[in-house]
Amino acid sequence: MNQRSVTVAAGLLVALGFASGATAQDRGFITIASTTSTENSGLFESIVPQFEQATGIEVRVVAVGTGQALRIGCNGDADAVLVHAPAAERQFVREGCGVDRREVMYNDFVVIGPGRDPAGVADADSAVESFGIIAKAEAPFASRGDDSGTHKKELGIWAEAGIDPAGSWYRELGSGMGAALNTAAGMDAYIMADRGTWISFDNRQNLEIVFEGDPILFNQYGSVLVNPERHDIKHELAMEWHDWLVSEDGQAAIGAYRLRDQQLFTPNAN
Amino acid sequence: MGMARTLPLVLEGVTFARDGQTLLGPIDLTLGEAGRTVLVGPNGAGKSLLLRLCHGLLAPSRGRIVCGELGTPLQAAVRRRQALVFQQPVMLRRSVLANVRYALQRQGVRRRDSRQQAQVALERVGLGALAGRSARVLSGGEQQRLALARAWVLRPEVLFLDEPTSALDPATTQAVEHAIRQFDEHGTRIVMVTHNLGQARRLADECLFLAGGRLVERGPAARVLTRPASPEAARFLAAEQGIEPVVGPPSSTAKGVAS
Amino acid sequence: MMEAFASAFGLMLAGDAELLGIVGLSLRVSLSAVFFASLLALPVGAAVALFRFPGRGAVVVLLNALMGLPPVVAGLIVYLLLSRVGPLGELGLLFTPSAMVIVQSLLIFPIVAALTRQIVSDLWEEYRDQLISLGAGRLRAIPTLLWDGRYRLITALLAGFGRAVAEVGAVLIVGGNIAGVTRVMTTAIALETNKGNLSLALALGTILMTLTLLVNGLAYGLGEFSRRRYGG
Repeated sequence: MNQRSVTVAAGLLVALGFASGATAQDRGFITIASTTSTENSGLFESIVPQFEQATGIEVRVVAVGTGQALRIGCNGDADAVLVHAPAAERQFVREGCGVDRREVMYNDFVVIGPGRDPAGVADADSAVESFGIIAKAEAPFASRGDDSGTHKKELGIWAEAGIDPAGSWYRELGSGMGAALNTAAGMDAYIMADRGTWISFDNRQNLEIVFEGDPILFNQYGSVLVNPERHDIKHELAMEWHDWLVSEDGQAAIGAYRLRDQQLFTPNAN
Repeated sequence: MGMARTLPLVLEGVTFARDGQTLLGPIDLTLGEAGRTVLVGPNGAGKSLLLRLCHGLLAPSRGRIVCGELGTPLQAAVRRRQALVFQQPVMLRRSVLANVRYALQRQGVRRRDSRQQAQVALERVGLGALAGRSARVLSGGEQQRLALARAWVLRPEVLFLDEPTSALDPATTQAVEHAIRQFDEHGTRIVMVTHNLGQARRLADECLFLAGGRLVERGPAARVLTRPASPEAARFLAAEQGIEPVVGPPSSTAKGVAS
Repeated sequence: MMEAFASAFGLMLAGDAELLGIVGLSLRVSLSAVFFASLLALPVGAAVALFRFPGRGAVVVLLNALMGLPPVVAGLIVYLLLSRVGPLGELGLLFTPSAMVIVQSLLIFPIVAALTRQIVSDLWEEYRDQLISLGAGRLRAIPTLLWDGRYRLITALLAGFGRAVAEVGAVLIVGGNIAGVTRVMTTAIALETNKGNLSLALALGTILMTLTLLVNGLAYGLGEFSRRRYGG
């Protein structure tokens, strides 16, 4: 009676609605594990359509922290990674997780803090010195604390300054770049961020750039292919993406991306 | 018919206990092939328990209940030949018609055939016009008539009724009694619990009197309900009529085969 | 705040294709999850209500406890199962809507099963003698009770739907928040928040809230309808 037909109809409805979600693509898709900074900055929204146009390959970007992106790649759950932690990338290749690391582009990190700069970071001559000033003043500092490329970089600078950051002023957030900036804005804390995310970030409240320009803050992005001998991945398609990123077209696309009249990434493939 | 018959229904030394307390029995009783039996007695006498035991909703703590000439144990196959109308029948959350069809389909009647049979049964109890209505919004009397239709449609050998009119007004009670008589005319064995002695006199040809979990008296209704042999029954009737108890000469024993 | 509401309205009215895609995917994924979880949870919940078996108490406690299963944990479990290095890696389901349906089904199952057990248990209390008298055994009683408890069970399904559609941790891990593929309302809200784009995040949140309100209003209306029609 109607008891059965209602159930069947509901099932069909759901199943049909779901089936229609599949989209036909010309040559299939690849999955790229990348970082929140590239996703949040809007870079992918700009360059991925150009790649798809040129090749007919759909690119699906999973944006997480660099550490997680590399783990996803190592598990074979992505076909390539695009991250910014050169040391970790080289280890990724050494361990056999990835192959063919290539440098693609860079931007830089900046030190962000409350506009009135209570610790006096603006007077520092280097990034290392600026961190020393923050630690000495025990001014609130928000750390990503999520094993991301930015987090690794920040820890490197603390090590350079000979400081083991600890205490109530040092707050490990365990969040992505944007979430960390939101928190820092709420706490009036200092924080290190990549310039791309900072430029595209809207909820700045009192935050401003308080220190920038030191070569140590250079932020290199690299593309690494997941090892095709380990996992049954879409190596050929991923290779086209990998090649395109460092090609003339890809490099031009990266250099052409501007947000709020500023160039966010500088292409630097060899 | 090839199906296990439920009558005669024989209780052999049946007791029912809960939490170590004996609530009913021991009772030896044979319910014969035909007739209209009423169970009468004060509250807590075990009348409803006895019905539920006979219908297999409860299992005896001791003793056994066997059915038919072959002495089949009381089980699902036998219960299909019985029907029970509860004091407060549970109406499924469906239409009046669907309630009756549900009962038919549990007996293996095909969906197609069940619609017509159910409609006929509803006409019999005067609910034909309400077939499409939701069963749970019917009045108490209508629900009781629907319960009778739901039982009727199964053509049971025996129909148990547990105070079916206790919550109904006199006019509705009359309608329900009319429906019960129709069952009897079709050869269905009636076993009914009632507190309404008038009703007992109108409907019954045999009366079982229970008190304190024991069967204390059994006999023709006309006799038990006017000149009881046991002091318990006498007291009960006297209280009901507001007069002094009169104990008549015993004309039959409490045990034995009726009708 | 008002700006966010206005912006939410504007987005909806403009019929922004990307937004509609996100809302549509949210609904499709969560409704599918409710459907698949219920296929199993309804009979399981009913069976636990009706049958006595060894370890039944443990099952009841487990179901009740799993109602509070942290989404991130569910996400992690499904990630490990579906990862290419996991036992089901061959299926290639990670970072697809199917993976999101699976993880949401996992979250919904204990809710629907536990609520079904409670609802069916209450109904069985009321129906038991009548159903047995009519010749329905416990097994046959399962579909009967599920059907007669349908309005209350719909509330259970909506509770499951509400949990699924509002959840972010699990779908983020197994879906990856891929634009146009696995981006749903909650992950889009998280993303916009991370971009510091709070007004757009709040606008999306407003739409999600509106959907949730509609769904709950529907549940309430159904409950009232059933009370009027069937007396509860």
